[in-house]
Amino acid sequence: MARNFLMMALVLMTLSVLCSAAGAVDGERLKVATTTSLQDTGLLDLIKDKFDEKYNVSLDVVSGGTGIAIQYGERGDVDVLMVHDKERELKFIKDGQGLERRCIAYNYFLLIGPKDDPAGIKGMNASSAMASIMAKGNILWLDADPSKVMFVSRGDNSGTHAREKLLWKKAGYNYDAVKSSGPWYIEAGQGMGATLNMANEKQAYTISDMSTFMAYQGNLTLVPIIEGGSDLLNVYVAMAVNPKKHPNVNCELANEFINYLVSDEGQDLIAGYGTEKFGTPLFSAARGNCELIGCSAAECAVPTSASCATA
Amino acid sequence: MEEIYSGLLRALDLIAARDPQVVEITLRAIFISLSSAFLAGIICIPLGGIIEFRQFWGKRALINLIQTFYSLPTVTVGLLVFLLISHSGPLGGLNLLFSPTGMIFGQAILVSPIMIGLTITALAGVSTPIRDTAKSLGATEMQIIITVIKEARVAVMAAVLLGFGRALSEVGVAMMIGGNIRGYTRVLTTAIALETSMGNLELSMALGIILIFISLAINLLLNRFQGRKEWRS
Repeated sequence: MARNFLMMALVLMTLSVLCSAAGAVDGERLKVATTTSLQDTGLLDLIKDKFDEKYNVSLDVVSGGTGIAIQYGERGDVDVLMVHDKERELKFIKDGQGLERRCIAYNYFLLIGPKDDPAGIKGMNASSAMASIMAKGNILWLDADPSKVMFVSRGDNSGTHAREKLLWKKAGYNYDAVKSSGPWYIEAGQGMGATLNMANEKQAYTISDMSTFMAYQGNLTLVPIIEGGSDLLNVYVAMAVNPKKHPNVNCELANEFINYLVSDEGQDLIAGYGTEKFGTPLFSAARGNCELIGCSAAECAVPTSASCATA
Repeated sequence: MEEIYSGLLRALDLIAARDPQVVEITLRAIFISLSSAFLAGIICIPLGGIIEFRQFWGKRALINLIQTFYSLPTVTVGLLVFLLISHSGPLGGLNLLFSPTGMIFGQAILVSPIMIGLTITALAGVSTPIRDTAKSLGATEMQIIITVIKEARVAVMAAVLLGFGRALSEVGVAMMIGGNIRGYTRVLTTAIALETSMGNLELSMALGIILIFISLAINLLLNRFQGRKEWRS
């Protein structure tokens, strides 16, 4: 048996050597940190397949919330970020961490709730709806009270969570006060899918990006109560990590990838995605809508003028 | 209940059809965890031997510490290894983050306490006359350790297989270090987490059932090793 063990050990060692050798010759790899909505809907899988084939590289997609994605960028662990929180994106660029902000796609957040709308927010704009939910929710109710109003928050520092905080601010509330005000406010601390499921179980209100909601709709009894409006605009952005800060990043290929995303081919992929499965596209292309979604001409330029020079 | 049942059927379907993606994920999971168990084994078994045979101050405390680390949360190890091998960390230049090699490294660290601890327990179980005989025949310390490890090989093998099992079933290190990259670092557990978050509960269940099958196979293997020893003695 000792011999068997030795044999197994040898085989394994050879295998691992072979594997690492294979990894070295197997073309360039581009590391992309993305927000979950682009990955969980399957859009990035489609883009990866096309991009890998066209450029003979391997797109390595790591998905997490906008918060962790930006962390990866700041540590120089990835080459490209795909995120959706304007405030943190601008800070990332201002800090010299990112090369430039490029708008690639958009859709809208939805304020979702029980069909009978216990807080009576239908027809309001997003921030006054939030104020209403808080006013109706933050009262003493008994657990079995059928009229209770609850709100489930992502609570995970994601782009969607950032938007929720922004809406509380617009409604005139201090977020710290809101989140500790009572049992009506539930922090899920999880991804969008899990948060939607939790809101569904509790028959509570929540905010979701449109694409994840559509992907989950089949399992939910909750419905969109408020849709559209500039308060709920959700713009997806790609940023190459700045090689001046992180000389190890693959900036040339990162620019190549972002140029692919904003090219007609990339924009067609984005604009058409989801029609087959959901009957309506999940994202809209940024192309031609630059002003509408609050991006500057430079942020929509095709191709990029950003330079990868480190000097 | 329905999901569990349909998950089971789906799992059997996927296995029967040898779905290429499932096969690939399963093989990768086995390869990475086996490599990490092996890597940990070649370091931890001799280390366990040395700890068991040498007498030194604080030995009891060290063994207690090692045993405490059996239940080290996998996300904590993941975070620790992430900070080590991230580009801004001390080992950043090795480019290990988000790669299978990094996962092997991380999982090896994760299972090390179990392997060292179980090796110590296994060697302690070998009767002292064997040690004394080896010593009286003029064996050096290393030769004694090798003799005793050979004597306790079944229990030591069990330690390695247990380490393999823990590496295969953990999700913290695999997610934080591997990043769940499709076709590169996606393994069974991270695929389950992803499919669940995408709402594909049936597929998640199916992958979970495959994981259970592998655990079952490890267990049978373990029993066989232990069975053989009984026949011999």
